[in-house]
Amino acid sequence: MTQQPGFGPDLVEVFGPSQRDGGPDLVQLLTPEGERVHHPEFDHDFSAEDLRGFYRDMVLTRRIDTEATALQRHGELGIWAQLLGQEAAQIGAGRALRPQDYVFPTYREHGVAYCRGVDPLNLLGLFRGVDHGAWNPNDNNFGLYTIVIGAQALHATGYAMGIQRDGDVGTGDPERDAAVIAHFGDGASSQGDVNEAFIFAASYNAPVVFFCQNNQWAISEPIERQTRIPLYQRALGFGFPGVRVDGNDVLATYAVTQAALQRARDGQGPTLVEAYTYRMGAHTTTDDPTRYRLSDDVEHWKLKDPIARVEVYLKRNGLADDAFFDGVKQEADELGHHLREGCKALPDPKPMSMFDHVYAEETEELRVQREGYAAYLETFEGAHS
Amino acid sequence: MSTKITLAKGLNMGLRKAMEDDPKVLIMGEDVGKLGGVFRITDGLQKDFGEDRVIDSPLAESGIVGTAVGMALRGYRPVVEIQFDGFVYPAYDQIVCQVAKMHYRSKGRSKMPMVIRIPFGGGIGAVEHHSESPEAQFAHTPGLKVVACSNPVDGYWMIQQAIASDDPVIFLEPKRQYHADKMDLDESVQPEPLFTSRVVKQGTDATVLAYGPMVKTALKAAEAAAGEGKSLEVIDLRTLSPLDMGPVFESVRRTGRAIITHEAHVNLGMGAEVSARITEECFYSLEAPVLRVGGFDTPYPASRIEEDFLPDLDRVLDAVDRSLAY
Ligand SMILES: Cc1ncc(C[n+]2csc(CCOP(=O)(O)OP(=O)(O)O)c2C)c(N)n1
Repeated sequence: MTQQPGFGPDLVEVFGPSQRDGGPDLVQLLTPEGERVHHPEFDHDFSAEDLRGFYRDMVLTRRIDTEATALQRHGELGIWAQLLGQEAAQIGAGRALRPQDYVFPTYREHGVAYCRGVDPLNLLGLFRGVDHGAWNPNDNNFGLYTIVIGAQALHATGYAMGIQRDGDVGTGDPERDAAVIAHFGDGASSQGDVNEAFIFAASYNAPVVFFCQNNQWAISEPIERQTRIPLYQRALGFGFPGVRVDGNDVLATYAVTQAALQRARDGQGPTLVEAYTYRMGAHTTTDDPTRYRLSDDVEHWKLKDPIARVEVYLKRNGLADDAFFDGVKQEADELGHHLREGCKALPDPKPMSMFDHVYAEETEELRVQREGYAAYLETFEGAHS
Repeated sequence: MSTKITLAKGLNMGLRKAMEDDPKVLIMGEDVGKLGGVFRITDGLQKDFGEDRVIDSPLAESGIVGTAVGMALRGYRPVVEIQFDGFVYPAYDQIVCQVAKMHYRSKGRSKMPMVIRIPFGGGIGAVEHHSESPEAQFAHTPGLKVVACSNPVDGYWMIQQAIASDDPVIFLEPKRQYHADKMDLDESVQPEPLFTSRVVKQGTDATVLAYGPMVKTALKAAEAAAGEGKSLEVIDLRTLSPLDMGPVFESVRRTGRAIITHEAHVNLGMGAEVSARITEECFYSLEAPVLRVGGFDTPYPASRIEEDFLPDLDRVLDAVDRSLAY
């Protein structure tokens, strides 16, 4: 490829073999081989308990995913957005949050939802078609899933601006200072809304962390179709820092997200965290990735499995015994059971409920429509009896 | 005690009052701060309420509305100014997919008490994208409420009522009326509820329906018709979603004739909806088909010929004559 001098990197440099492992700026604390490494800026002390907790969270998150995928195969869910391979990115980010922080997720944040205390059963309703999200966003400061990609980056920024106006940043009180995190994908980074969110956040120094899970694919479109520079470098163009972290390394993801959130809570403004990861499964259960990607790639990323490396580290350093691993497995089985049984028991909404909550203050027009349809339905009931 | 005000002044006073009454009310938009908005509707508000409550935003409409969604979720009541009607489209996704649906999606747990102010309509000799009438696009979206004010006193009250509403309101302001006429505002007179239409002139021969900038034209038509011995009833719809059809049905049952006029394109415009409802409810009272007088189904033309595009007195009177001829 020829290139004119002085006009920046070409695609080979940015996405070539040197970048396949995340490039030189990738923050990592635990290697795929399970070796603890150190980083000058983002090092962090983790207790054995922390590490066991991460392991457990990731195993349970994977179980939510595999269980839901199976439920979809059995026709219990219309569709499911899988997160296989992205457990570390989500648990690292999710565990870095404080209760007063607020999450604006996309549609794949099952691990973050779990960290926020949302019953995973509640995540299934949307995919089964019984609701648009069953949890109360304000119970756990975990917003509803957003299907229009990137839209929530603006909501997060606006919410962060609200936090600023409430005086809940930079007070030094760890119980009070709050930050917001917006999750989105590499494909979403191309959306105008994400870019507008960057501009608003930078302009007002809003306490928001933009957490991009770069899983390399937007359905069938590779990252090369979204950007010509590594995504974390985009932040600089908007005037705030960007960090690329090994998204398959839960320790690094935690440390980086924690630091970014703290920066925001302290009143130092936004950060873009690019969690460099890989989508091991399909985009959703309706997708067929064999049509567009190489199995070689998948094999390569299998070696970086986020759970396996923590497991190796725990075992090799004698930080967890068999009883622990058995216990986690049992917990996962119980969670699986809960999801299987709970999913089938999710009641279909009543047809008349479609009229509920269109407005905070219902209109007369809608009331008339509602009553008309109720009366219409009654004529059928009469016919049957 | 009453004061003489323009529509621009009424809106400005109404915004000020709402901000005084509720510290959660914020104003956001392009140039709304120091400049007071390109139409000066927010004049002086930033000076008195500060930059945190009257927020000059980056030039990004989706960003303005999308961040306002987040502010609303945090418990604020954002009032967003879209600079001109034709520039609301970059925010269209946020408005119809997020603002309109948040309450529904969350089963009522997340309210969207947001007002999106849009100066709308033509007649000011502007360049392209500065004279649009996008009301039908929003009125077609469940979850949104859409209102249009037509006079200074309504401007004063309706903006406050819209801000007080827990539902998102698209608030249309007829820009060619901003500085046109003055009216007496007597604050001791209780306003009518927001989502109601109103008979603004009584008559017996035909009912003319209008909203926003066309109310003035409709009233002029009634005046001219009176000179020819015809008595027109004029109704200011005021609310486009929900529509308040009660007074309309009552009137049409008496007059037997209805003419609806708006600046927006006729095809699938508000007139189509209003006409259909009148036909459904008042079929046996009608002496003539419901007629529509609107902008042609062309893009808004260059301003030197906008007077030909906009329904004027003569086109309204022509429709009245056609109706009466049945
Ligand atoms: C505005 C918009 N366009 C298209 C879609 C359809 N769609 C859903 S997910 C998706 C790919 C998103 O990729 P990315 O942002 O990388 O996130 P990922 O799903 O890989 O986590 C597309 C095109 C959508 N939901 N919203």
